[in-house]
Amino acid sequence: MVDNKSPIMERIAEANKAATTGIDATDIKNWIEIYIMGKAYKVPADLTILTAMEYAGYKFVRGVGCRQGFCGACATVFRKKGDYKLQTGMACQTRAEDGMYLVQIPFTPAEKADYDITKEPYEASVFIKYYPEVTRCVSCNTCTKACPQDLEVMDYVQDAIRGDFNALADISFDCIQCGLCAMRCPAEIVQYHVAQLGRRMFGRYGQGVPDHLRKRVKEINEGKFNQEMARITTCAIDELRKIYTEREKEPE
Amino acid sequence: MAELTYIEGYPEYMRKEIEKVAKTRDKRLDYTPPAMTMKQRDEVLRVHPDYAPGGKREISVGPNKGQNAPNEVADLLEAYPLVEKGEVDLSQIDYNPDILIIGGGLAGTSAALWAHDSGVAKENILLTNKLRHGDANSIMAEGGTQAADREVDSIVKHYIDTIGGGHFTNKPDVTRALVEDAPLIMKWLCELGAIFDREENGDLAEKLAGGLSVKRMHSCRDYTGLEEFRVLRDEFRTRGISYLEHYPAIELLTEGNRVTGAILWNIETGDYKIVKAKATIIATGGYGRLHIRGFPTTNHYGATFDGVVLAYRAGAKLRDIDAVQYHPTGAAYPIQIVGYLLTEKLRGSGAQPVNADGEAFVYPLEPRDVEAASIIRECYVRDKGITTPTGLRGVWLDTPLIEIKNGKGYIEKAFPGMIRMYKRYDIDIRKDPVLVFPTLHYQNGGVETDPSGRTNIEGLWVAGEVSGGVHGKNRLMGNSTLDCLVFGRRAGMSTADYVKSYSGEISVTIDHLNQYVQQLEEAGIKRTRRAPIILPDYRGKAALARMIDVF
Repeated sequence: MVDNKSPIMERIAEANKAATTGIDATDIKNWIEIYIMGKAYKVPADLTILTAMEYAGYKFVRGVGCRQGFCGACATVFRKKGDYKLQTGMACQTRAEDGMYLVQIPFTPAEKADYDITKEPYEASVFIKYYPEVTRCVSCNTCTKACPQDLEVMDYVQDAIRGDFNALADISFDCIQCGLCAMRCPAEIVQYHVAQLGRRMFGRYGQGVPDHLRKRVKEINEGKFNQEMARITTCAIDELRKIYTEREKEPE
Repeated sequence: MAELTYIEGYPEYMRKEIEKVAKTRDKRLDYTPPAMTMKQRDEVLRVHPDYAPGGKREISVGPNKGQNAPNEVADLLEAYPLVEKGEVDLSQIDYNPDILIIGGGLAGTSAALWAHDSGVAKENILLTNKLRHGDANSIMAEGGTQAADREVDSIVKHYIDTIGGGHFTNKPDVTRALVEDAPLIMKWLCELGAIFDREENGDLAEKLAGGLSVKRMHSCRDYTGLEEFRVLRDEFRTRGISYLEHYPAIELLTEGNRVTGAILWNIETGDYKIVKAKATIIATGGYGRLHIRGFPTTNHYGATFDGVVLAYRAGAKLRDIDAVQYHPTGAAYPIQIVGYLLTEKLRGSGAQPVNADGEAFVYPLEPRDVEAASIIRECYVRDKGITTPTGLRGVWLDTPLIEIKNGKGYIEKAFPGMIRMYKRYDIDIRKDPVLVFPTLHYQNGGVETDPSGRTNIEGLWVAGEVSGGVHGKNRLMGNSTLDCLVFGRRAGMSTADYVKSYSGEISVTIDHLNQYVQQLEEAGIKRTRRAPIILPDYRGKAALARMIDVF
């Protein structure tokens, strides 16, 4: 029994056990029912779709990645009881709700074009060349509605057509490449690949390598720091400690 | 507990606690607690999970026999292999690349690109992944990458900050390589088209972070690792370099004292493939999913220590394996996101840790172990934490301060990921603070290498979190993505040189496993544990209790 007199580490481990070892039904008070691919399961109320499926007994090898909303592996589509809307979300970021019926889409069949960005002109034609289907966009905005990151997907597709790399990069930046936009698009555009090409073009040509970075690389190559580095990497720990403690700090 | 009423994401009683934070905010605006002295640091570290008694034991077999490691780590080093003599057919080679790279995060992917740049043909490189290419801790790195590229900065300062943060235990030659290559890596990323935060004049925007003496942290909003990685993966795919997905390596293959490939296992169908390679690079990342000392983690689902287990059985030496990094600020509320990372960039941008009395109790940018220990002390020794409805304790991270200090709209621009994560639970981090507690974040130590990523075992390189030395016993923010990129590059170039000059025939065996099993038996270790574990298990206890295997 872990209580307030137990060692700190034991108390911390006890408090966190639901997140580290799998959930014990005896710790749960509130329950909901969800339908995983049509099959009903009773699961604890305070879970995400991902952890609810695990509670039900699924061990994931597909449709799972970082578990924290960065990797786009756990795309899921669902409907709620009594609601006509087909909704999308990341299983790790979407709360499981009573009456939800759901299925995961662990893979998006979509081809990435082969291009060498160093050889392409910094203009709209690059999108037409590699992803000509962008011109089929009918501005239906279904991609935007499907985006679990709430990005204005249709807007950046339009930016691609116009060759506005800066706007495309800005709007699409938080894309986790889950593929849900492409799965919903009636024009069969692969939006997230289009955005990847556009962002790289903007990074290379719209931003480029700043002078201060270029200068520092040159200084290192010319050996500017060699002498000081040789000294510091071989000096005694006591001296290092002194240098560290006394070093000046740049103000915030 | 009675049903709780929630107001904008927080139960009523926590709302009352939040009022105390709001009340002291104006006063705290111009007050930052002073940084600790070395003596104060040593004192608070006593409640750090690495120093609190009971978490470690001596490893009883292998190259680091007799050294201390966390129990969860020792458990896996003292586990039996998944395959043993006679259980696999090694006569048929399925893949025969020059270079095998195990693990496709930032380190593995840069290794592939630089090996290719160094003249190894795309079909002679094979990158294998446990899950998808990029399912790695790399893409979850939020805050940034360090590189000393400003006029006021120097690689010497970067070196001193790094080695001081590591408590002077870092291996000097690899640490030097880390800081020396950093600007070059930044330039490479810019040329490949990675988009970094910029100043209005086009210079790279740089910030402070824990343990830094100079603003040196480059970021891509709070999606730094994601942006860096997706650019590398795009380049990798464009070049047509060979790769496999959902094929974790479950053992290395050896011939005498050299590594000659690996056994890969199809995680969906269960069949295996034999890879024979002249050089092998392990870039499998760390061990957050071992939940050391029962802590939640910021780590990826597949962060299960596999790479070290494999290398250790083949005879690779480890270092600093006793040192675990806990990130000071993991989410402690709501329950769905417990342990998730709240980037250090939040503190770098002005957010303060605040206790239940509304007091700023610690300098916000101490090295990570000191900052984490201070939060544990506040919650469990001084009893000034806030308890959540599920019994976790935490302190506030006062995020609204960021906008007061940097202007309205700043959080939305700099931390879209954080806003999004909390908005899903009706919490607005611009208006309200968030509750935080340390979370298991990083494997500080690992397989020892030289500056090219080469291990003590012929034919075996490692890069990234799986390696040890460059961070000593405590890594600084912004040095992990950098570690992956610097040593991925170096391992890629070094293996390229090696395979070009190597012409002898090699064979594949699992003799090293037989020897390791013999050592385990001699040490009296029971056959209850097997490793690598590949993935953790979070299935509900009720479901597991009634599970039977019939196929």
